[in-house]
Amino acid sequence: MRTCLVVDDSRVIRKVAGRIIEDMGFEVAEAGDGMEALAWCRAAMPDTIILDWNMPVMNGIEFLKALRAEPEGRAPNVIMCSVENEPARILEALEAGADEFIMKPFDGEIILSKLSIARAQR
Amino acid sequence: MTPEDAEALRILVQARSGVMVNPANTYQIETRLGPIARREGAGGIGELIGVIRTGRDERLMWAVTEAMVCTETWFFRDVEPFDRLKHEVLPTLSASRDRPIRLWSASCATGQEAWSMAMCVTEARGLRSDARIELFASDLSEAGLQKAQSGLYTQFEAQRGLPIRMLLRYFEKQDEMWQVRSELSRAVRWRRINLLSDLTPLGEMDVIFCRNTLAQFDKNSRRRVLEQFRAMLAEDGYLFLGAAERADDIEGFFPTSLNGLYRRRPAQQVQAA
Repeated sequence: MRTCLVVDDSRVIRKVAGRIIEDMGFEVAEAGDGMEALAWCRAAMPDTIILDWNMPVMNGIEFLKALRAEPEGRAPNVIMCSVENEPARILEALEAGADEFIMKPFDGEIILSKLSIARAQR
Repeated sequence: MTPEDAEALRILVQARSGVMVNPANTYQIETRLGPIARREGAGGIGELIGVIRTGRDERLMWAVTEAMVCTETWFFRDVEPFDRLKHEVLPTLSASRDRPIRLWSASCATGQEAWSMAMCVTEARGLRSDARIELFASDLSEAGLQKAQSGLYTQFEAQRGLPIRMLLRYFEKQDEMWQVRSELSRAVRWRRINLLSDLTPLGEMDVIFCRNTLAQFDKNSRRRVLEQFRAMLAEDGYLFLGAAERADDIEGFFPTSLNGLYRRRPAQQVQAA
C-alpha cells in the first residue's frame, strides 16, 4: 500500500487531509512538525508527504531541505500545503525541493489533482 | 416549481441547445435558476418559468437556457488528451501544413479547456519554425464565455488540474485571484456559438475538442453536431470527445487508441463503407 505522511501543526488539517488521502488508497501517518516528520522519514520513508510551511520546532522549508539531504530523501513526492500564496514564496518552496504546491484552503478535488500531477511528473 | 414547470423547462432547453435537462433534478434547476429569478425580481423559480412559458421574453429564455447548460470544468481535464495534443497531434499537423493549424475548443464552458490547449501550443516541441496556429474557443453560455475570456480564476479553480509551475508561468496573482498572462491571452479567439446552428461559416478545423458535452444532448442533436464536425474537420484532423463519449456510430469517424479521440476516415473509405 502507498504511504503518505501528513505534516501539519493543526490537528484538524491533519485529520481532514488524512481522511481525503486515505480514501485515495494511501496508508496515512501524521506528524505535528518538521522534526517529528524527519523522525518518521528516517524510520520509514513514505511515498508522498503533504507538508505545511509554518510550524513550530522545524518549519516546512527546513524539513524539506533536511529531507532532501537524507540518503533516500529524493524519493518521496512532497506537496507543500500552505496559506502562503505569493508567487515568490511558492517558488521558494519549489526551489527547496517541493514537487507541487497547494494553497490553502483546499478541497478533496485539489488534493487528488495535485497528487496525480506530482506522481506524473516523476 | 410544479411538474409542468419542470417539463416546460426541459422542452425549452432541449429545443434551444440540444441539452437534456432532468426535470427530477430540482436541486440543479434551483441552484442554476435561483440567481436569475432573484435578478429578475421573480418570486421564485416557478414564477420565473411562468414568464418563460408565455414565450414572450426571448432574452430571458436564452438566459435560462444558458444557465442550464453551463458545465463545471477544470484545467487539463483527464490529462491524456492534452498530452496527445502537445506531443503528437501538433507536431504531426505542423509537418503537413503550409497554412495555419486551426484548433477549436467547441464547448469551452468557463475556459479552462481552451487555456489548457493554449498552454499545450506554447509548450509543443518539434513544430516547424514557420508553423502558425489559430485557436478558437466557443460556448453557448454568454456568462461562461465572459469568464473564460477574462482569464480570471479563483484560487480553487486555478489549482484544479494545473501544475504549480504552469500556474506561475502562465498566470499572475491579482489579489486572491489568478489572471492569465497577456502573452497567453492573445492566443485565443472567443465567440458565442450554439452547436445546433450552422457551423460551416467557421471553416475547416484541424482539431476539435468537444469533451463531456454531447453526452448531455438528445440523440438527434448529438448526431447533428457530430455530422457537422465531420463535415468541417480536415481529412487528417482529430476530434477529441470525453473519454466515455463515442462517435463511431457516425459514418466517417474512427476511434484511436485513446478513448474519446477520433480521426476522420478518408473520403474514399467512407464511400466504400
